[in-house]
Amino acid sequence: MRHLLSTRDLSREDAITLLDTAGQMAATQEREVRKLPTLRGKTVVNLFFEDSTRTRISFEAAAKRLSADVINFSAKGSSVSKGESLKDTALTLQAMGADAVVVRHWASGAAYQLAHGGWLHGSVLNAGDGTHQHPTQALLDAFTMRRHLVSDPTGADLAGLTVAIVGDVLHSRVARSNVYLLHTLGARVVLVAPPTLVPVGIEPWPCTLVHTLDEALETHEIDALMMLRVQRERMTGGGFFPSPGEYTRLYGLDADRMSRLPDHGIVMHPGPMNRGLEISAEAADSSRSVIVEQVANGVAVRMAALYLLLAGEEGAS
Amino acid sequence: MIDATGLVALPGLVDLHTHLREPGREDAETIETGSRAAARGGWTAVHAMANTTPVADTAGVVEQVWSRGQEIGLVDVYPIGAVTVGLKGEHLSEMGAMAHSKARVRLFSDDGVCVYDPVIMRRALEYVKAFDGAVVQHAQDLRLTEGAQMHEGEVSAELGLAGWPAVAEESIVARDALLAEHVGSRVHVQHLSTAGSVEIIRWAKGRGINVTAEATPHHLLLTHEEARTYDPLFKVNPPLRTQTDVDALRAAVADGTIDIIATDHAPHASEDKDCEWAAASFGMLGLETALGIVQKVLVDTGAATWRDVARLMSEAPARIGSVDDAHGRPLAAGEPANITLVDPRAAWTVRPEDLASRARNTPYGGIELPGRAVITLLRGVPTHLDPRFEGAFA
Repeated sequence: MRHLLSTRDLSREDAITLLDTAGQMAATQEREVRKLPTLRGKTVVNLFFEDSTRTRISFEAAAKRLSADVINFSAKGSSVSKGESLKDTALTLQAMGADAVVVRHWASGAAYQLAHGGWLHGSVLNAGDGTHQHPTQALLDAFTMRRHLVSDPTGADLAGLTVAIVGDVLHSRVARSNVYLLHTLGARVVLVAPPTLVPVGIEPWPCTLVHTLDEALETHEIDALMMLRVQRERMTGGGFFPSPGEYTRLYGLDADRMSRLPDHGIVMHPGPMNRGLEISAEAADSSRSVIVEQVANGVAVRMAALYLLLAGEEGAS
Repeated sequence: MIDATGLVALPGLVDLHTHLREPGREDAETIETGSRAAARGGWTAVHAMANTTPVADTAGVVEQVWSRGQEIGLVDVYPIGAVTVGLKGEHLSEMGAMAHSKARVRLFSDDGVCVYDPVIMRRALEYVKAFDGAVVQHAQDLRLTEGAQMHEGEVSAELGLAGWPAVAEESIVARDALLAEHVGSRVHVQHLSTAGSVEIIRWAKGRGINVTAEATPHHLLLTHEEARTYDPLFKVNPPLRTQTDVDALRAAVADGTIDIIATDHAPHASEDKDCEWAAASFGMLGLETALGIVQKVLVDTGAATWRDVARLMSEAPARIGSVDDAHGRPLAAGEPANITLVDPRAAWTVRPEDLASRARNTPYGGIELPGRAVITLLRGVPTHLDPRFEGAFA
């Protein structure tokens, strides 16, 4: 594996290797000394064109626990006020000798361009590009599902599980990443969203689509229910939905809806949550909720991704 | 005398849709570099779009562009005037002054932006009747395309790029055809990109509405699948569409529903393309590659003959642009010798660095095209000579 850009590029074998490696990484995190010497001497750059403290510290923790040197590079700039160009930033990182670049960017495709632009030689790890992909989020979600819902997780896929993803699919890189990865791992994916928040052209996606959460709960036995973050600004001024209240009524997860999940069903959210909008506090804090665990698993999954991208290349040379 | 055995003689090509970027963005193209690219591509006349800085919305600017074209003398540069002041869509520009200037402007367009307000569009269509002009429309519903990056469909859904739906073009094409009918005027629709637009044009012509339409080489060759590379060289407005749309456009060119091929040659400085897709400018070079692509997708496929190409790339655009006193004329004694000789067997590989344009934003780098113009004559004077003909005019 040279880069990690999209879950669509991962074979079943790649995905299981990543999850199994994450399992080993997680085990090392139970020890008293959690730091591994694996990536000593390697330089990992966290290149963030978009603010995301949560994702950045997760990658930073992952790289540091593998003993890599970490450089945080915050390059502000939007499509309106362009800062330094992607190309110049990439050339700078190349000159600094980055072995891996973890990139978060507001523009869909930026990670792909960094990997294929011929500007830098290191591995590129996509930490979220626009509304396109966020592969480590999908991997940590799959890892969390596998731990909770598969009896003998190591080496296993998610065959037979049903996962519902609820909310703003249109603008969600989390949804796009999960649809492909979960399908590759054998799970059935049900998208639940108002028609205004579903992209035109999803017919080829390996999933089914329903338009209310109640319908999803009625027609499917849902093993994992993933609530997406909804941005309030999408609901005002001729927006995608009439009001937050109507959204909560049709798509919000409350205790009543949660009780209609099978006994083993888990509740997930990529964070940060809007409590009271897409998820009630009762659901977020319930025993079914694995939301905090998702964050912990994020570090293990990112350690696995960095390890496979960077330590793997030594074996090859 | 030239030995033209194996060559095809066409009346000099006439482009109705060229961005020469001067004045204002001389770092991307100048009237001189654009004229050279045009001559090499087989063109003897180009219509320069109004979206320069300053905008070509006054007689002063269009006369300057026209004179500069004459001074360079490689191609006749016919300025297109802006429909509205500053392309803002609010007030009609002084179209009469531009029409009566030295540049004799007959076509008016806010290209790059749609004349969106239906009342402004109606008034423009009415107003240009006074001097036998036409409104040239960039059909794009602005509200339906806010932030749009590429064709809205399966590829945009997967790539997470905001969609530019076909309906945003088709609704404006239909509206403008009906407006042209209502006020008895003439509208030319630029860069048709969807199968639906083709059907609307076909319907409008059947109804007797005075509408003409163009297709670009890139919309006849490329599809939205190209966006999977996230390479902004493929970012263009209107966007590359589906294979179904490409097939419909080719059929419409073949059956005459689409009147002309026009390049929408749109040079951009490298920093406007060497960036994130969403931050990049729309547009691609086209003058030097148009003929080769037309041969590849229309002639070599049997969809059209070279006679059709003469109509599509010279006679019809000259007529629509009201320059048919000088261009798009028969190849006959006594006519102005604006002639393009094509070698349909002179295959070549497009190398961006070899193009005459100042900018390098061609999407065809590395692609082989089957033929090219080998001699271009403007009023009998060679403006482009393939090396093997050098000396022929000595």
